[in-house]
Amino acid sequence: MNKTITEKILAKAAGKESVTPGENIWLNVDLLMTHDVCGPPTIQIWKNEFGENATIWDKDKLAVFPDHYIFTENKQANRNVDILRDFAKEYNLPHYYDVGSERYKGVCHIALAEEGFNIPGTVLFGTDSHTCTSGAFGLFSTGVGNTDAAFILGTGKIWEKVPQSIKLTFNGKMPEYLMAKDLILKVIGDLGTDGGTYKSLEFDGEAIFSLEMHERMTLTNMAIEVGAMNGIIAVDEITEAYLKPRISKTFESFQSDPNAEYSNKYEYSIKDIEPLVAKPHSPDNINTVHNVQGTQLTKCYIGSCTGGKISDFQAVAKILLGQQVKTPTFIVPATTQIAKQFETETYKGITLFDIFKHSGCAIGPASCAACLGGPSDTIGRASDGEVVISTTNRNYPGRMGSKKSEVYLASPLTVAASAINGKITDPREYL
Amino acid sequence: MDKIIEGKAYVLGNNVDTDQIIPAEHLVYSLDDVEESKIYGHYALSGVPVKEAGLPEGNIPFIEQINNTSEFNIIIGGSNFGCGSSREHAPFALQKAGVKAIIAESYARIFYRNAVDGGFVLPLEADEKLINKISTGTELQIDLENYTLTDLSNKSTFKLLSPGDVLPIINAGGLFKFARASGLIA
Repeated sequence: MNKTITEKILAKAAGKESVTPGENIWLNVDLLMTHDVCGPPTIQIWKNEFGENATIWDKDKLAVFPDHYIFTENKQANRNVDILRDFAKEYNLPHYYDVGSERYKGVCHIALAEEGFNIPGTVLFGTDSHTCTSGAFGLFSTGVGNTDAAFILGTGKIWEKVPQSIKLTFNGKMPEYLMAKDLILKVIGDLGTDGGTYKSLEFDGEAIFSLEMHERMTLTNMAIEVGAMNGIIAVDEITEAYLKPRISKTFESFQSDPNAEYSNKYEYSIKDIEPLVAKPHSPDNINTVHNVQGTQLTKCYIGSCTGGKISDFQAVAKILLGQQVKTPTFIVPATTQIAKQFETETYKGITLFDIFKHSGCAIGPASCAACLGGPSDTIGRASDGEVVISTTNRNYPGRMGSKKSEVYLASPLTVAASAINGKITDPREYL
Repeated sequence: MDKIIEGKAYVLGNNVDTDQIIPAEHLVYSLDDVEESKIYGHYALSGVPVKEAGLPEGNIPFIEQINNTSEFNIIIGGSNFGCGSSREHAPFALQKAGVKAIIAESYARIFYRNAVDGGFVLPLEADEKLINKISTGTELQIDLENYTLTDLSNKSTFKLLSPGDVLPIINAGGLFKFARASGLIA
């Protein structure tokens, strides 16, 4: 055999012996995920198309997370959550996580991991481009629109073209000042925002398998920023340890064959990589933190599916302990579980919550918040003329609010160091 | 689907992401309510920076202030058109604004799928980079029999690429219509 992990998973989901890049196939979907922005129109299309007798193909394979526009006075945004709530009630959905209830989770991609929906060897579709995050668990996951999701909701099936794969190998050991975010920014800078269009990004190498799961999720999360269909990392002991308390099902772990075919292969040596930023207004506008240090900031933002995980906040705490931020700094945990961990996780005996409070950060409730701008009352939203450094995933014009703002993307360590100085700062100054 | 599409060009650059096509703050309106969904047309392309709006000069509004539709109904884009989020609201907003077709150098995958599977706008690719050869406001004609684009101001003609594998879905008018016609769903 000469197949990649992605080709093997897609073949299994298509009920075929094997598949080849370029081939169009119909897949049996293992999980469909949706949220408050794309869920309501998906439900509407499903009702319109399947009519009075519309049925959900498998309620146990549908997960619905309100997460985008949650803490807002915006009436239409709240109406969207009402639509999800009514839908969940009408169809008695087992996996709905309502706002205002104990079940509320927050950002869908991280909640999927926490709640044990990321099953290796399966195919997962979601109405969000960052659905590729789940690929850190050795599964195929990708984003789709409302029409495709409505089709899945009614049939459990969807068409895909089998992607070619790009292999990214990172050799060496991760030093304290680097994070997964720096590695993926390096990749985005090298490939460009369309360098992976309709392809699969497969991460490999000693440095990748030394990372814990949250850090691996940062890599697969940003696969979409090069246009990739999915990002994927094979299962190892660290994956299995994360999954053990969360899933009871048995699963199949696939590995790429040694002679699998790739459209491109990139080899990186960790020792050649230093802390990076994506400058305004594109995620591939990469430079070193060193080259842009001193850039004055008006806001620092730490949150989102990319940079609002517990590992991200543990990194931030290392830098912020005993320091005061000079620039307004917003801390938005991706999920309610992470928010709870702020009270229990400590650094040098002090809780993350106390470290962030004492350093002067504003802490918001779990949601997508200002990563994608959102309604005008969204916490941390960028206004006209602002210069923001953020742990999020995109910095196209207007992504975090005003199209007259500028956004730099960086690792949580770099954002924390920059918050203390009020200007872009290399984290090595504080480690 | 009409075999001839005519309209005025609106020219944009590379990497026009979904936040430029329909900014995230507007993703709250109903797509199903006939009146409310017109707002999507009103805000279509409202996130494009002013100097990039309507090339080569820029500073040409896609939508005049109070309107919900545009005088421009063919978009000429550069590479990676529609990159960013999975929001189907993006091709929907362009359709509501009256856009019939986009001709870009390349597309982001999810935007392309959404345009085709939802049957909102026709995403075509040209054989060459057109954003430096066509100006905003130029009258264009797309011929879908011969896959050509003609600049009606000077009769220059450009080759378009066939959509290939997804042509049956385009011709059917979207994924659901295609699936019904081919017996995949009832």
